[in-house]
Amino acid sequence: MHNREQSGSRTASLVWAAIIFLALGISLGVSWAGKRPLDLLPTMLRGVVVTVKLTIGAALLSFLVAVLAGIARASKVWLIRTVSAFYIEFFRGTSALVQMFWIFFVLPLPPFRITLTPLQAGIMALGLNVGAYGAEVVRGAILAIPRSQIEATIALNMPPGLRMRKVILPQAMIRILPPFGNLLIELLKATALVSLITLSDVTFQALSLRQTMGRTKEIFTLLLAIYFLLAYPLTLGVRWLERQRRWA
Amino acid sequence: MTVDWKFAWSILPELLSGLLVTLKASLVGFAIAAVLGLVFALARRSRSKWVSAPVGGLVEFVRSTPLLVQLFFFFYVLPQYGLRFPAFLVGTFALGLHYSTYTSEVYRAGIDAIAKEQWEASTALNFSMTRTWVGVILPQAIPPMLPALGNYLIGMFKESAQLAAITVVELLQTGKIIGSHTFRYLEPITLVGILFFALSYLSALALRQLEVRIERQHR
Repeated sequence: MHNREQSGSRTASLVWAAIIFLALGISLGVSWAGKRPLDLLPTMLRGVVVTVKLTIGAALLSFLVAVLAGIARASKVWLIRTVSAFYIEFFRGTSALVQMFWIFFVLPLPPFRITLTPLQAGIMALGLNVGAYGAEVVRGAILAIPRSQIEATIALNMPPGLRMRKVILPQAMIRILPPFGNLLIELLKATALVSLITLSDVTFQALSLRQTMGRTKEIFTLLLAIYFLLAYPLTLGVRWLERQRRWA
Repeated sequence: MTVDWKFAWSILPELLSGLLVTLKASLVGFAIAAVLGLVFALARRSRSKWVSAPVGGLVEFVRSTPLLVQLFFFFYVLPQYGLRFPAFLVGTFALGLHYSTYTSEVYRAGIDAIAKEQWEASTALNFSMTRTWVGVILPQAIPPMLPALGNYLIGMFKESAQLAAITVVELLQTGKIIGSHTFRYLEPITLVGILFFALSYLSALALRQLEVRIERQHR
């Protein structure tokens, strides 16, 4: 049933896509001679570079934090477990924007006196926020490993560190990949928030273009299209990964 | 200089009135997301590709772009078509629309989980389409969805802070305004974080209770 629907809907989707494309073009006043709205692209693309850098930086930080906090959350030591639970609950209990403002506005003041550049503040807030969600994924994946695997490592007299590295994490990683892909998409979308702490990502470029040139419709439609083109391949990738896992 | 408790205490009433706006925005937004999400889920199931394809495309598009950009889009582009609404209304609608793409997935999964026999029985009893949905499918599908929908309500509560970007004076914006007037950011922004955390954490705990109760009922 699923297949029949998919193949049949292709014509309809194509026709709809063409209609939307035309309507958008007319309403935006696309013109080839004036190169509208493509003359906006160079400025926007400079912002895209920042957005991509930020996504990669925050993704690396969040991955590191997620694995550490996830392992700590499953630890047998009460103190380690509690500290990581505090981190996870706190960063999941407030939004990335509030965390970013706190890091950007409050940290430079006494008693902290830690001044970060907007890029550092952005990476830190997004990385720690997404890392908290990732930690729950890691914890779930570790707990989902069959008990017999752990018993086997005990029977083989493996030390705990080796067990974690060679047996538990490699198996957990496979389960982790699709949910981490989803988190990466959420992270990419959340990078738009850094435009509010003066970091010149693609959203920031769009806002300043609007102030200097007007042309609001064109600028924001282009901005939405850019985010869609960045995020949708990731969505398709995650779906592909999920299918692989179902077959495996 | 450390925390000035007296100052913190003095700004609390102002922050609480900001919290009220945040609560209103998330509740109204959630109502929009709950209704629109169901409409999207039903439209995507439509047998006519002329309905399901564009709705599917719209949902994927809205899901793949940031809420903040959608807020800016509606806030700046709608007035160009002569549609002027208060920022709160625009923000709440954008929030609801954004999350309706998430709730529509919840509805879809919940509806797919209903056994085929329920549909067949409705056909056998010669129920109309409306009666099948309202009397048979939805009453069974919705209770197991409540925890997932509740999670999105909490998510909307937290993310409604983004409405600050389009001049809505909700909790975060209130904290920022106090900060820029008094040159003290430590107390207002920290209190904003604590208020957000306290409410979302307590609701998450309440939601877990609800989940346990629903699971017990449906076993």
